[in-house]
Amino acid sequence: MAAAESYPDDLKYHREHDWARLEGDEAVLGVTWFAQDALGELVHFEAPEVGATVTAGQSYGEVESVKAVSDVIAPLSGEVLEVNQAVVDAPETVNDDPYGRGWLLRIRMSDPGEVDSLLDLDAYKQVLADQ
Amino acid sequence: MKLIYEKSQPGRRSSFVPTHDLPAVEVPEELRRAEPPRLPEVHELELIRHFTELSTRNFGIDNGFYPLGSCTMKYNPRINERLVGLPGFANLHPLQEEDGAQGALELMWRLQEILAEVTGLHAVSLQPAAGSQGELTGLMLVRAYFEDRGESEQRRKVVIPDTAHGTNPASVTMAGYEVTPVKTDARGNIDVDDLRVKVDGHTACLMLTNPSTLGLFDENIEEIAKIFHGAGALMYYDGANLNAVCGISRPGDMGFDIVHINLHKTFSQPHGGGGPGGGPIAVREMLEPFLPVPAVVREDDGTFGLDYDRPNSIGKVRGFTGPFGVFVRSYAFIRMFGPRLREMSEVAVLNANYMLARLKDAYELPYDRLCMHEFVLSARNLKREHGATALDVAKRLMDYGFHPPTVYFPLVVPEALMIEPTETEAKETLDAFCDAMLEIAREAAEQPELLKDAPHHRPVQRLNEVRAAKQPVVKYGFADHPHLEPTAREPVVAEAPKGV
Amino acid sequence: MTENRVTQHPYLALTDDDREEMLRTIGVSSIAELFGDIPAGVHFDRELDLEPALSEQELSAHLTELASRNVDTTREVSFLGAGIYDHYVPGVVDAVLQRGEFLTAYTPYQPEMSQGVLQAIFEYQTAICELTGMDVSNASGYDGTTVTADACFVAKHATGRSKIVITEATNPQVRQVVKTYAVGFGLEVVEVPHRDGTTDPEDVRRAAEDAAAVIFQQPNVFGCLEPAPELAAAANDAGALSIAHVDPLSLGVLEAPGKYGCAIALGEGQAAGNFPAYGGPHYGFLAARQDYIRRMPGRIVGETVDTAGKRGYVLTLQTREQHIRREKATSNITTNQTLLALGGLTYLTWLGPQGIREVGEACLALGAYAKQQLAERAGLEVLFADRTTFKECAVRVGRNARDVVKAARERGVHPGYAIGRDYAGMDDVLLVAVTEKRTPAEIDRLADVLAEVAHA
Repeated sequence: MAAAESYPDDLKYHREHDWARLEGDEAVLGVTWFAQDALGELVHFEAPEVGATVTAGQSYGEVESVKAVSDVIAPLSGEVLEVNQAVVDAPETVNDDPYGRGWLLRIRMSDPGEVDSLLDLDAYKQVLADQ
Repeated sequence: MKLIYEKSQPGRRSSFVPTHDLPAVEVPEELRRAEPPRLPEVHELELIRHFTELSTRNFGIDNGFYPLGSCTMKYNPRINERLVGLPGFANLHPLQEEDGAQGALELMWRLQEILAEVTGLHAVSLQPAAGSQGELTGLMLVRAYFEDRGESEQRRKVVIPDTAHGTNPASVTMAGYEVTPVKTDARGNIDVDDLRVKVDGHTACLMLTNPSTLGLFDENIEEIAKIFHGAGALMYYDGANLNAVCGISRPGDMGFDIVHINLHKTFSQPHGGGGPGGGPIAVREMLEPFLPVPAVVREDDGTFGLDYDRPNSIGKVRGFTGPFGVFVRSYAFIRMFGPRLREMSEVAVLNANYMLARLKDAYELPYDRLCMHEFVLSARNLKREHGATALDVAKRLMDYGFHPPTVYFPLVVPEALMIEPTETEAKETLDAFCDAMLEIAREAAEQPELLKDAPHHRPVQRLNEVRAAKQPVVKYGFADHPHLEPTAREPVVAEAPKGV
Repeated sequence: MTENRVTQHPYLALTDDDREEMLRTIGVSSIAELFGDIPAGVHFDRELDLEPALSEQELSAHLTELASRNVDTTREVSFLGAGIYDHYVPGVVDAVLQRGEFLTAYTPYQPEMSQGVLQAIFEYQTAICELTGMDVSNASGYDGTTVTADACFVAKHATGRSKIVITEATNPQVRQVVKTYAVGFGLEVVEVPHRDGTTDPEDVRRAAEDAAAVIFQQPNVFGCLEPAPELAAAANDAGALSIAHVDPLSLGVLEAPGKYGCAIALGEGQAAGNFPAYGGPHYGFLAARQDYIRRMPGRIVGETVDTAGKRGYVLTLQTREQHIRREKATSNITTNQTLLALGGLTYLTWLGPQGIREVGEACLALGAYAKQQLAERAGLEVLFADRTTFKECAVRVGRNARDVVKAARERGVHPGYAIGRDYAGMDDVLLVAVTEKRTPAEIDRLADVLAEVAHA
């Protein structure tokens, strides 16, 4: 079942509907409830390779539903440490649990200062309100 | 119904290949096929019954009304099928010497002349195999033209309105160009103010469908042509909607320098469930040297030939001279009209406006103007008020025996229903379809489940497209073929373009 | 109203009364008013300068006259090939393709209306995968040349490289189209020459470094069997996609490209179920390993279930395509060649596994007989004589081959393609194609005619 709409307040957000959970010098990345809802049930996650570099503000992969495709934008820069194989195998995991089992990447941040430019929950909610 | 492979029985066959008392030829072991391909093994009657049964599960213009917007589903005259099958056409080898192919070459030359007259341009190449290949070929000509002028490095951008078919931007990428999108204004024309700031010395060309995919003729076309030509850029006309304006307004006169014509739309090549098609291009004089080779020409002595000696040509975009059988059918169709092609377009536009007039109170009309050969309605009122979507309307139309219109395209109209009747339909048919659309709008209010559960009388109900995309099964697996059962998850019906 | 509407047109239904009533409903007084949005400056103000409309009877006479001025393969014994072949097309193909439900349908955007053609394409994809030994086939491309160009686009994105290697012994039409497309793709095309009729794998190995793809034809343009497994290995070792351009009717006797390691197998489908038709419409087929399923150009049909759990077919993996991915699509292709591919499926079903092997054996045997007769009876030099050939063979005719073609045609035999246009030093070479439709007696006649008109 698709998850109910929610936006946890312990996350940092990017205006392209991506989130980051900070864990020391690492970060876990994913897409928000709004993004998965707009796309519909996901059928494919085109993931980067472990060891690849992602750059803040740029696409690091794609998520696809049956009739839509969307770039996934990196909220932060860094090196890919891990790709969530559960999502590669069952992309609908993102619809089921976008902030939990539906995470996409774990990265080691190359520029922790970028965190300051991300949105907090209130700022992201304002982005949603403007949609 | 079973797949042909599931009807196969070892030992059966339909073919009987002549044998000659000749020695078998040795093929080196590493190159010889080790295991035979598992093609079906059936006798001829089974073959015919299988494909006949499949055909009964398909719907063509021969079966009923097919108002698929932007696809121009008109009558496909049966005489054309007889003519294309004449041995002199069907059995003619493309490398036959020119003196043994005079009839074919003359037919192509005549078709070129006709298309030049209809488009108001100078020279025609019939080679591209489809509209999208015509687009790509046209963009190759643009590149060659600017290369010749020493401007190819600076001119990298192709301007495309947001109403365009997806083929336009895809062709731009394949031609090595970049897309500059431009907006549509409140009347459904290109936003000329937006255009002015986007067209400059880096612009290679505009790609425009006119009338647009909204079924509207761009009222500012002369101004648009001035902007592009003033910036030294070219104008490309996507001929997908040429059926609206034959003999009424010519792309060349509108200012376009390159045009592709969809022979499978305007000129009635049957589309065969997805193809074949034909995408000839017509160009202004200065672009002629760059056209694909070979060119079909008339010699001074009145004979016809193939000219390969075009040093500035972009080359070949397809094998030989193009899809010849398509030329035979389109030429035949045009000759049945002659100058009355104008009447063809007039009736196409009359039919569309009549339907628009009958339907615009029950469905939202995003741009309240007279339309050309097609029009776009929105089902957003039904969605807002009753939860019924354009897709639901489309599926319910099947219960009334109609092929649905194009849905969810163009992208600028939410819940879009794009309806194109063509000129070959009778008023009674248009009325029956309009009656059905009005009835469906009532049903949406009173019994929305009739729409949600539709279609009710087709060989299958709505199909699980998520499943098909997630675990693609794209061929029969023989002993390992999956036994399909419904998944626990409800099929998701996405609202997205159905393409054209 | 349109003036001078002499007779009601047979393809149009509206009567004068209909027109009047419809204009009233719309709320305009004339058809001209419907075109009011067209600026006056771009109104076309004269009649189209076209010949007057014909009746069907006149049309039929006109086109029959045009057709009669073509010399087709029923009017002279033809040994023309070079990519398009005079194979037998069985009656069942016509019967299936003339079903209006198939013939007059558009692309199956609404699967519930189109299960017939969707299932047929699924069966076609299966047949192509069986023939080629691949995992996934698209629903067809325009022809054997454009699918090769499409595959270059796949290779570019799959490898991130920008060089295409193609053997010179690949059909010149294919090479020309690849080169035309390569400009826009930003690809460099490198050709590997043949050595005595076939390609040396070591030459390919050297060229394949940093290449996105290596394309070769099996059998090649001269009909010679390439060392295909070694060519594929040379490509694969360099990290390039190995692409085999194959004749579908060779695949009853020759190994499937999937079995010797190719990434992609493609080709011209005409030989399997389409008439020569002066070059088209035909179908190109393109099949690949599972790794490339999301990079495939064109339509793909997949199997699924409906809401009641019943099996059905849909267009799938559509996010690859232009109508969704637009400028990032895997191809701009929309129209394909479904009807011609359906002809292919019908033909391959008619043949079955034994039939396709027998046609292949017949082409081999008749081809060998032709080489023997051309050498012994006509006294001609058969090129690359020690190679195994399929369907085609190249012979030197001692003088300009175009003149020989002309002289032979005056004797009722088209002896083949004068290949000097495409290969330097081959002005005196004829490419002679022999299909299962040719008989030993016709081959004897070819040899007799060439003995007469060629200076050996």
